[in-house]
Amino acid sequence: MLTNLPRQIALTLCAAALCSAACKKTEGQEGKGGATPGSGAAPAGGGGSNKVVIGVLTDMSGPYADLAGKGSVIAAQLAVDEVGGTVAGMAIEVTSADHQNKPEVGSNVAREWYDTKNVDVIVDVPTSSVALAVSGLTKDKNKVFLASGPGSSDLTGKACSPNTVHWTYDTWALANATGREIVKAGGDTWFFLAADYAFGASLEKEVTKVVEASGGKVLGDVKHPLKTADFSSFLLQAQSSKAKIVGLANAGADTVNAIKQAAEFGIVSKGQKLAGLLVFISDVNALGLQAAQGLILSESFYWDRDDGTREFAKKFADKAGGAMPTMVQAGVYSSVKHYLKAVAELKSAKDGKAVVAKMEATPTDDVAFGKGTIDGNGRKRHAMYVYEVKTPAESKAKWDYYKLIREVPADQAFNAPGNTECTLLKK
Amino acid sequence: MPTGFSTQALLQQLVLGLYNGSFYALLSLGLAIIFGLLNVINFAHGAFYMLGAFVSWGLLHYAGLGYWSSLVLAPLIVGAFGVLLERTMLQRLYRLDPLYSLLLTFGLALILQGLFQLKFGSSGEGYEVPAALQGGKDLGFMTLPIYRAWVMGISLVVCLATWYVTERTKLGSYLRAATENPGLVQAFGVNVPRMVTVTYGLGVALAAFAGVLAAPIQQVSPDMGSDLIIVVFAVVVIGGMGSIMGSIVSGFALGLIEGLTKVFYPAAYTTVVFALMALVLLVRPAGLFGKAQ
Repeated sequence: MLTNLPRQIALTLCAAALCSAACKKTEGQEGKGGATPGSGAAPAGGGGSNKVVIGVLTDMSGPYADLAGKGSVIAAQLAVDEVGGTVAGMAIEVTSADHQNKPEVGSNVAREWYDTKNVDVIVDVPTSSVALAVSGLTKDKNKVFLASGPGSSDLTGKACSPNTVHWTYDTWALANATGREIVKAGGDTWFFLAADYAFGASLEKEVTKVVEASGGKVLGDVKHPLKTADFSSFLLQAQSSKAKIVGLANAGADTVNAIKQAAEFGIVSKGQKLAGLLVFISDVNALGLQAAQGLILSESFYWDRDDGTREFAKKFADKAGGAMPTMVQAGVYSSVKHYLKAVAELKSAKDGKAVVAKMEATPTDDVAFGKGTIDGNGRKRHAMYVYEVKTPAESKAKWDYYKLIREVPADQAFNAPGNTECTLLKK
Repeated sequence: MPTGFSTQALLQQLVLGLYNGSFYALLSLGLAIIFGLLNVINFAHGAFYMLGAFVSWGLLHYAGLGYWSSLVLAPLIVGAFGVLLERTMLQRLYRLDPLYSLLLTFGLALILQGLFQLKFGSSGEGYEVPAALQGGKDLGFMTLPIYRAWVMGISLVVCLATWYVTERTKLGSYLRAATENPGLVQAFGVNVPRMVTVTYGLGVALAAFAGVLAAPIQQVSPDMGSDLIIVVFAVVVIGGMGSIMGSIVSGFALGLIEGLTKVFYPAAYTTVVFALMALVLLVRPAGLFGKAQ
């Protein structure tokens, strides 16, 4: 009996893999149905063309589920509710799905949505590799893609599209806010721990440019797979590089584990500094202030910035079980609001290119992000804020995590469209 | 770009590899025991590991019980939960093809993971390293966190104790005999069904124990087990299904090999175990320590 056991195992492993793929698929489909909103304003027998359908495509169960996920669906729904659930006489519907951070899963859902579910606009899409795939597809189908979750600045650079608006942040902005701040404070030698996909590579590249332009040096890097539980070997490599700064070009759960384990090996106590190049408030919350204090990070949205952000955050927290919105979730809200404004003026959501052109021609204004503009390459332009995480003693309440170090004004926060590789503007 | 293949880097990775190997060994040991006696491929093993970590966090958070109590209590609680599952569900499937129990345990794992995801989100919860094990020791070539040294030590002790019980004691001999011929052992007056239940509970408790050990190092999160379990299955296949010593040795050995891969070609460290598994299956289909019969 023992002889065929390994074979049995191999067989069952395959079966399990198949099963897991199948199960995940149903999960996603359930998500889509489950998140249909309660805005009962749909005209009876209206048919597909009489609706505007917003598809929130996001990470529902992986490392980015807390910084986007369900919260992004709530944010989109808030924006829809604020306009009364209709735009130009058309009912608005919100649907959602899990892309599992896999480009092929994401493009399959997007294709199905566009082809058979009358989805007009896809929002969020954390994970740059998935976002790049969705952006290409959206262009082919002439729909609209409002990117809030992904970071790669290629979305408005060499992969720019007349159908995509990149809303919340990008790797260029992070590099020029956090990166520059740290270099300015004397951090001139770097070692990177970078997530091994489009986003990590893009962020590392942008920060390297900033570091080298100011006379600093990159001493080395390690690429790690998404969802790494043990960073110890990478951290030791960073330690022996003797770089002053260990740059974390990753996000979500990966960043949290890396920061936690860096403390174990005495990275910081032996004089090196950690630079979390993309840290969300949900990560700080998960780490706790004891572990996260002193981190320098950049965000385009912080709930406690002004009256507008506090007002939005309160509405959001009421629906999200008390959690404050991340900048990605706030970006979903803000981008959907602006999108609906453009659709209202055009009285149609069908021509994606026209909607994006209208969005670009109209100044943006909402409680979460304040006043802003959209560049011709689809880059939403607003201020970025460099924050330092408070010490436990400085924090007065739950979610009171940041103190402002510097505001990067909108005109400097993002790359000038002329300096990108985007060909849209050269016509 | 690794920082050079210096002896220092090599030593560092060997130590860290042993640390990761501790988890592989503890988890594959539980799987091997369960498979040996129950012929069940326990896909819920990763979920029990995750449960162990969460129970440990919960004991601290809700009951104020620290790490040391958790180290004993969490495996007991999760083990009891395992016993309950065995009694109410798994037991009904023994006469069917092993595929059924595999699907059952796989389904249970997905449900458990989903429930925790719903309650705790994907970022999970943090757990502090216990005060007595904080800090590190300078070994010359690296700073070894005391907690990691503790994990390696205690895992080795637990693994060897389990091996001793199954291979060198009377109880263990009953267990092994029941694996070969349950009917005959039953005829000698041994309560085989109860032994099966206790064995399952023990295997589950080992997984939970590993979970408690992992909690202070990584974020306690719902998917911490699902990522690990596939590697552990590969470890079990390489060691030889059902072989106790095989799973311990290959657990630690694969940790080492993975550690070395992280120095020479980091991007491949997640696949190196599977490449090895394929190789072992080609050369020795019964695994390195498995007996071909």
